Amino acid sequence: MTHAPHSDVAQHAAEAAHGAAEAVFPPFDPTYFASQLFWLAIFFVILYVALDRFILPKIKTTIEDRRDRIADDLDAAAQAKADAEAAGEAYEKALAEARAKAHVIAADTRKALDAEIAKETAEVEAELASKQEASEAAIRKAKDKAFAEVRGIAATATAAAVEALAGVEITEADAGKTVDGLIKAKEA
Amino acid sequence: MADTNPIKQFEVHELVPFEAFGLNLAFTNSSFFMMLTTVLTVLLFTLAMSSRALVPNRAQSVAEIIYGFVADMLRSTAGPDALRFFPFVFTLFIFILVANMLGMFPYFPGPGLHSFTITSHLIVTVALAMLVWLTVIIYGVFKNGPKFLKLFVPSGVPGYILPFVSLIEVISFISRPISHSVRLFANMLAGHILLKVFAGFIVMLGAGLGVGGYVLGIAPFAMTLGLTALEFLVAFLQAYVFAILTCIYLSDALHPGH
Repeated sequence: MTHAPHSDVAQHAAEAAHGAAEAVFPPFDPTYFASQLFWLAIFFVILYVALDRFILPKIKTTIEDRRDRIADDLDAAAQAKADAEAAGEAYEKALAEARAKAHVIAADTRKALDAEIAKETAEVEAELASKQEASEAAIRKAKDKAFAEVRGIAATATAAAVEALAGVEITEADAGKTVDGLIKAKEA
Repeated sequence: MADTNPIKQFEVHELVPFEAFGLNLAFTNSSFFMMLTTVLTVLLFTLAMSSRALVPNRAQSVAEIIYGFVADMLRSTAGPDALRFFPFVFTLFIFILVANMLGMFPYFPGPGLHSFTITSHLIVTVALAMLVWLTVIIYGVFKNGPKFLKLFVPSGVPGYILPFVSLIEVISFISRPISHSVRLFANMLAGHILLKVFAGFIVMLGAGLGVGGYVLGIAPFAMTLGLTALEFLVAFLQAYVFAILTCIYLSDALHPGH
């Protein structure tokens, strides 16, 4: 249906109307039904096979690979985080242990020093006590000796005094008895 | 002058005559666009997925988005066990989508220099709808046996109205391929006629009124522009509707007792 370059509208409309009345509406024209079905079947099947066998599996594996890769990366990140946390915990634990150990060492040292000090103090005290005892014993001895000498001197002096004053000669033994009696009387 | 007959775009021309079994199986411009749809789809997807990168480029993203779109559509309407039909639904969706989009070219470097919308021919959409319908019946009977008839006996319906409900269910099942195919066909046909009618107004105005006519032609031109945008939407939407109805029908084959 070709038109002259300058056909007017009326003529054109008439032609269109005429054509429409005569020809079958193309989408309902059965002339090419078989052809259309035939070629549709061929190209639809080709497309189906190409998509099913090659293209769709390719897209599927690409998407799945990406999903797996992301999941793997997330897993690796979670693992690294867990490792870091474990390392942090180990560090804290080691620090706490070291601190506890230091406390124990300090306490032990203090105890040992205390024990040593106590021991030395005790030794020194014992030494001082024995020295004091020895000194006291020596003083007591000296005192006893001095007392004994005082009795003799007193007896001698008594005898001499009695001889000089009364002209009576008494023995030192008698004088001693008297002195003892005096001492006893005084002490009582 | 350009032809303003809005029906001419649907004409089928023989390119390579071919007869077999006493049938005219000539390779026509319709066959050419079917071939182009298949070749272009395979070529574009192969190119898009050639790198299979971990971080996809734009083309690969589009391929993966279409994949995910169809997979989600099938999974959400027919359940995860329907994924065995994924290649089928994907082929239907992409075939109709690419064919519809190819039909949107006003001029095309192909036979007759004009584009041809294969989905604007009822025989093509009927063939696709029957393919879905027969798949549902054959797979439904094969998988469920007599239980497939539960499809026509909805549960929870009182016994006395069950015959009527079953009758309605049977009628609706039988009319599925009709509505399924006519919906796609009529949308594509009407849209393309409308586009051609408004575009033809520009030419008619120019032919009738000269330069003044072409100035007035701005109005139908604006209309054509808007309709073209709308038709792109319809081209996608009808491919989507056809695919999602396919999913819903396949769901019946998988789970007839609804």
